Amino acid sequence: MEQKLNYIFELHKTLSTENVILVYEGEFSQEITKSVLSMAEKNMETTNEDLNIKKKVFNVMVECLQNICKHSEEFGSDNDDFNTAIFMIGKEVDTYKITSGNVIYNNKIEGLKAKLQKINSLDKEGLKEYYKSTLSSTELSEKGGAGLGFIDMARKSGQKLDFEFTKIDEQISFFALQSTIARNA
Amino acid sequence: MNNINLEGTEDTPKIILDPNNNIFEISGRSLPEDCATFYKPILDWLAAYEPSKKLNFEIKLDYFNTASSKMILDMLIRLEKIKNKGKDVVVTWYYSEDDEDMQEAGEEFSELVEVPFEVKSL
Repeated sequence: MEQKLNYIFELHKTLSTENVILVYEGEFSQEITKSVLSMAEKNMETTNEDLNIKKKVFNVMVECLQNICKHSEEFGSDNDDFNTAIFMIGKEVDTYKITSGNVIYNNKIEGLKAKLQKINSLDKEGLKEYYKSTLSSTELSEKGGAGLGFIDMARKSGQKLDFEFTKIDEQISFFALQSTIARNA
Repeated sequence: MNNINLEGTEDTPKIILDPNNNIFEISGRSLPEDCATFYKPILDWLAAYEPSKKLNFEIKLDYFNTASSKMILDMLIRLEKIKNKGKDVVVTWYYSEDDEDMQEAGEEFSELVEVPFEVKSL
């Protein structure tokens, strides 16, 4: 008999191998953000995670989720294929990995890449100065961001941000971003 | 002036601006989606306020997102302006013991404005 639901088992195996404790795929909003945060917090509470680590994970999650929310508004609701995204948290023995993926316009890649490369080129002190200068020089953009999200993610995680762009067609690409937080810091 | 007294929620802070009882306090979590709209009444209030006695502004945030950090800086700039009019203004930033990131955040804000600023562990 043909196993129509076999993909669920495959998905389950993949998520287990990748140590994913939470994954959300779909449309993002502030309400969804709050729900995802609350689930992740409960998970960390049941495992008695260290307070500082918990707060760092929470912090990176907020910036990541709110980035996706703001970004997906750009595409509008008439573009259903583009305004869904994926968010997940992986938990290994020594790290948390917070990963997001969303579709972006190709003409945004250059600027995004430059910003992320700049952030990855800076050490702890450099990031602190970059954060402070960005904070005191920028107005909130119309989307409500202050351009500080990625810098903050890098500062709180204490590690380089991993990112990849996968071209979908001449107009759009898939943008994957991962922050790693050490658990035994 | 009317007092401001906002109850905290899971994504917005508790805020009290109460000149009669001399309480100026923001506490809890701040991660609203639209920070500019949430903080506008607070910023407007501070811009209009002229204290008759010492103003101790207490910040006891547990967590804030980066969009809120811009609003916190704007509040501090309002307080700096009040100080520059010759008023007595002190900002006290409280952080939970062992919360290094919030301690560092307080120290960074203190470097961005010219206002007497204390960073204290709760």
